[in-house]
Order: sequence, then C-alpha cells, then structure tokens
Amino acid sequence: MLDAGPAPLVQVQDLKMHFPIYTGLFRRHTGDVKAVDGVSFQIQAGQTLGLVGESGCGKSTVGRTMLRLYEPTAGRVIIDGDDVASLPPEALRKKRPSMQMVFQDPQASLNPRMTLADIVSEPLHEHTDWTRAQKLERVYELMDQVGLNRRFVNRFPHEFSGGQRQRIGIARALALKPRFIVCDEPIAALDVSIQAQVVNLLEDLQEKLGLTYLFISHDLSMVRHLAQRVAVMYLGRIAELSPSTDLYSRPLHPYAEALLSAVNEPDPELALRRKRIILKGDVPSPANPPKGCNFCTRCPKVMDICKTVKPDLVEVEPGRMVACHLYTAAGSTGASEAPERKNQERNQQGENR
Amino acid sequence: MTDASSTPPKPASQLRDIWSQFSTHKGALFGLIVLGSLILAVLIGPYLWVPEKLTVAEAIKLKNQGPSLRFPLGTDQLGRDMLYRMLLAGRVSLAVGLVAMTIAIVFGTFIGILAGYFRRLDSPLMRLTDMFLALPLIPLLLVMVMLFRDRIAGMIGPELGAFTLIVFAIGITSWMATARIVRGEVLTLKEREYVLAARSIGARPNRIILRHILPNVVSPVMVAATLGVAEAIITESVLSFLGLGFPPDFPTWGRLLFDGLQYMQVYPERVIWPGLAISLTVLSVNYIGDGLRDALDPRIRGR
Repeated sequence: MLDAGPAPLVQVQDLKMHFPIYTGLFRRHTGDVKAVDGVSFQIQAGQTLGLVGESGCGKSTVGRTMLRLYEPTAGRVIIDGDDVASLPPEALRKKRPSMQMVFQDPQASLNPRMTLADIVSEPLHEHTDWTRAQKLERVYELMDQVGLNRRFVNRFPHEFSGGQRQRIGIARALALKPRFIVCDEPIAALDVSIQAQVVNLLEDLQEKLGLTYLFISHDLSMVRHLAQRVAVMYLGRIAELSPSTDLYSRPLHPYAEALLSAVNEPDPELALRRKRIILKGDVPSPANPPKGCNFCTRCPKVMDICKTVKPDLVEVEPGRMVACHLYTAAGSTGASEAPERKNQERNQQGENR
Repeated sequence: MTDASSTPPKPASQLRDIWSQFSTHKGALFGLIVLGSLILAVLIGPYLWVPEKLTVAEAIKLKNQGPSLRFPLGTDQLGRDMLYRMLLAGRVSLAVGLVAMTIAIVFGTFIGILAGYFRRLDSPLMRLTDMFLALPLIPLLLVMVMLFRDRIAGMIGPELGAFTLIVFAIGITSWMATARIVRGEVLTLKEREYVLAARSIGARPNRIILRHILPNVVSPVMVAATLGVAEAIITESVLSFLGLGFPPDFPTWGRLLFDGLQYMQVYPERVIWPGLAISLTVLSVNYIGDGLRDALDPRIRGR
C-alpha cells in the first residue's frame, strides 16, 4: 500500500534530534536529551498524517526539526525532492515557502506589536518583490480564505479571540502557497466549540488547495477525524504507524492500546463495559531511556527480550507498522540497536513500583 | 460584511494612534510642555534677554544680589547675571544630556541585541561589558579628557572640542546597563513562538531583529534612556567641577550648581536655580518616556 502510487511528498528517514546536556564547572558535554531518536515516516501528497503521543514524547520536536527550526542531529527530511536537513542556508530560505507551520499557542505566535496586515504580509515581504497594493490584495484574499472579516486588517492580535488568532496564524502559513504544513497542536489552546471550526477550516483548505498536513496533537478523536494515517509516538520513537481506521478499531502496539483506551466513549452503555488500561509509573527521562524497548518499563505485556533489544518499526500487516517484539519473530533481533551508556540501570526513572 | 468588502480599509499608519494615546497621558503632556519650553528658552532666551554691560567695579558692587527686576535670578559672586548664565548653561547641559544619552542607548542596545541574539557573540560581548563596568569611571574619564582634549580642541575649537569629547566620554562609559538589560530581554524574546514563526517563514536575522525583537525591547530601553539623561547631566557637572569638562568661564547647569555650593548657606537660591532646572529636565524626560512607552504598546493603547 505504501509503495503504490506516486512518490510521497514528505519522507522522513531516521530523524534524530538530540539536545546536548552540559554540566559542571567546565560545561562539559555529559549526555543528550534524545527528544527524537530515529523517526521515519512518509506522507503522500494531499494526505494528513496524525502524530499523537503524551506530553514530552517529542511530537513538537519532530515538527520543528522537519522544518529545520532546530538543526537535526542525524537523518534526512525529504520534502518535494529536497533534503531539508542538509540544504545550505540560502537554498533553505528559497525552500521555506513550500513548507510552513501553524503553531500551538496563537497568542504567543503572533507579534503583539504588529497589525494583522503586517503579520500576514510578512512572508510576502520576505519572499516576493510585489508592490504594496499587490501584497494588500493577497492579504485580503487570505483573510477571505480563512474567514476573517476584511475590516479587521488594522487590528492587533490582542483584539482577537483565540479562534480568530489561530485563523491569522493559518493565513500567515498559507501566504506563500505552501504544499506542506506542519500543524503543531493548532487546536490545543482553543475552546472545544472553536476547535471544530478550526479543524473544519483546515479540512476545507486541504481540499481546496491540495495541502499536505502533519497534524500533531494529543487529541485522539480529532486526529481520527482528520488524519488518514496516524503515528503514535512514545519517548522519541514511533511505536505504531497505521491507517487511522485500523488503529482506532484495533491498536497493535501495547502503548497505542493503552493510549486509545483513554479516549472518551460517548455511549454510556459501551463506556461501562469498556476496558481502561492504566499504565503504571512515569515516562522515563529522554536523557536516559531504557536499554531495550523504550516502553518496556511500563508495558503490561513486557517480555525478557524487550529489556535488552530495541524493536524496529516493521510492517506486520499490510500498511501497518509496529515497533514491538510481540509481532516480530523471536529470532530477528533489532539490527539498529542504539549504543547505550553503561550507567543505564543506576538511574532509571519510571520503573514499575 | 457587504459594506466592508466594498470599501475595505487600508492599513493605516499608527502615528495617529500613538499620538492620541500619548496625549491621554497627563504626565507625558506636562513633560513634553516643560521640556519643550526649556529647550525653547535656552535656544532663543539669550537673544531676548541681553543683560546690561557692567564695568568691573560695578559688577563687584552688584555681586551676590538677590532676585530683583534688574536681575530676575540675582547675580553671582562676580556680579554676573544669573538668568543669562542659566540660559547659556541650559544649552550645553541639555545638549550634553540628550546626545550622550542617545549615544549610550544606541550603543548599548546594539551590543545587547548582538549578545542576546547571536550566541557566539554573547560571551565576548558580555565580558567586554563587564570590563567596562569594572573600570573606575572617573579616572577613566579623566585620562580620556587629559589625553585627547588638546588634540580635539586643536581640530574643531576649544568649546565644540570639549563638547564632543565630553559627550563621547559620557556615552562610552554609560551604555553597559542598557546592554545588559537588552540582552536579557532579547534572550527571552528570541524563544517566543512568533520569532520561531518568522524563522520558519525564512526571515533573515536582521529582519527578525528589526521587526520582532527591537520593537519589543522598547520599554526597558525607554526606562534606561530617561534615567540616562539625568546621569549624563550630572556626570558632565562632575567633570566640569574637576576642571576637566568645559572651561571654567563656560557655564553649564552642573557647573553653576558646584559654583553655588560654596555659598549655599548664605545664598541658597544660587543652588536652587540650576538644581531646579536639572530636576525639571529629568522629571519631564521621565514622564515623556513613560508616556511614549505606553503609546508604543498596542496592548495598552486604546484603554
């Protein structure tokens, strides 16, 4: 299923983003926070990939690293034929219009001292040499597209509601006609009623403009509604990558199963009978992840092999990829086992208590 | 919606909004009026108020006079008209205060932004700032004035030379506080999401600094600037007092203050006049800065 059809618009291969830790008097490099540790996926043009996981699992870092707002430690991010992770600065600048981002907090992502017109036309200042009138025309067009009244053009961000601010953020991302947009929890800071509006707007725009989304969220039901395929992340690695219908009806990875059991069930009859999986312990520190599978400290189905060998993300059913030893033949051990530090066991957070 | 789409508003200039907010700030308006009349007075006052020429004998008889119609602010210990000297002194003091403050603010903001934004420059620039902070200020100024006064005076004349040197010396030794404040502010601002958004758009660092960071460090810079004016006027008077500023017969407010200090017990008004002028200047600049800071912030504007 993955190999059929045209080449994917976005290909991420073994992306790693490690933030160094410096400690002591001489600021020596003593370790890394492995926020993203070997993530690979593909997104077909015009589709949406949902990226879910709990707080701090590296979802946002994946999005930001893909647009090279952080310098990735390793890996490749191929967007429309160019490896964004290794482009030289000027080529990267030229590439920027084709990939944009919608940020989580619409209040924080808009400069409080700029008017709506300034904010939305900023990308045009950077990448076009249009006249003032042309830019204004484009700003009006974008405001119409995202459903903002043209009269608001001189207003400042603090004069808008949260939903309107997020629309401004979307208009800014659309200004340069991008093909790929990273939506970094665009609805997390909004009211539920506004969330639906913004999600519908994103869907409409995708249909009209043929956009490709990476939709980062911790709202599982919203991702189900929006995404064709969903990747579940845990501690910097993808646990499961499946088509969303399959994932929601029958999650394979134990973590995905536990995560999905937390989704609210609107039917009270079903809700009573539903089996809720409650994980024990805390998420281990990404600076010091477990030696084997990242989830082995909390997994209800943990086996011996899980504690020593990191499972690879492999296709276990057509279109469904899982990183779990439950679905891998016992003999095939993980080939790309990351080099681990010796003092692993001493300071292990999140062990079963 | 229909009427709006037929006549969509043009992006308007913010100058009018800024002025209307500024004019609601009573203190700022008061400051603007006071500072404006002070500047006007020292600029055209010496032409309007020309004291009578006195011979030396007359002047000595008329020394240390109190305020009268003939001498509105009295006379000093050499029988010179205080009003005339105050007006002349104001020219120099105001010019020194404003120009030295501008130099310090521009330089301090520049250093602060470079240090805060570019991580590689941070450590060297901040160590430079520490170095300047650690230097004893007065001896440094004395050395600078001693080394360069004659050379600059030879090039552009003694008075303008002294002015240039003093303004430069004060400016170059008072930018450190601004640099530190600005650096701290920039460090927090550059992690904001809107700066990240600008980077994701592909904005170059100079654009990010000019459009997103500089407008948001205005408030602390404004506070530093208003305090800087007062400090510059005082430092100038200290230099003049030590005999290394302007020539002794060349009046400045600080100079008049120090001259009057010896007679303070007998003729307190001799200290009050220049002191009042300095205080009024500082106070009005402070209020103007306050009003300007509010007017430049769209979140406060219109409340």
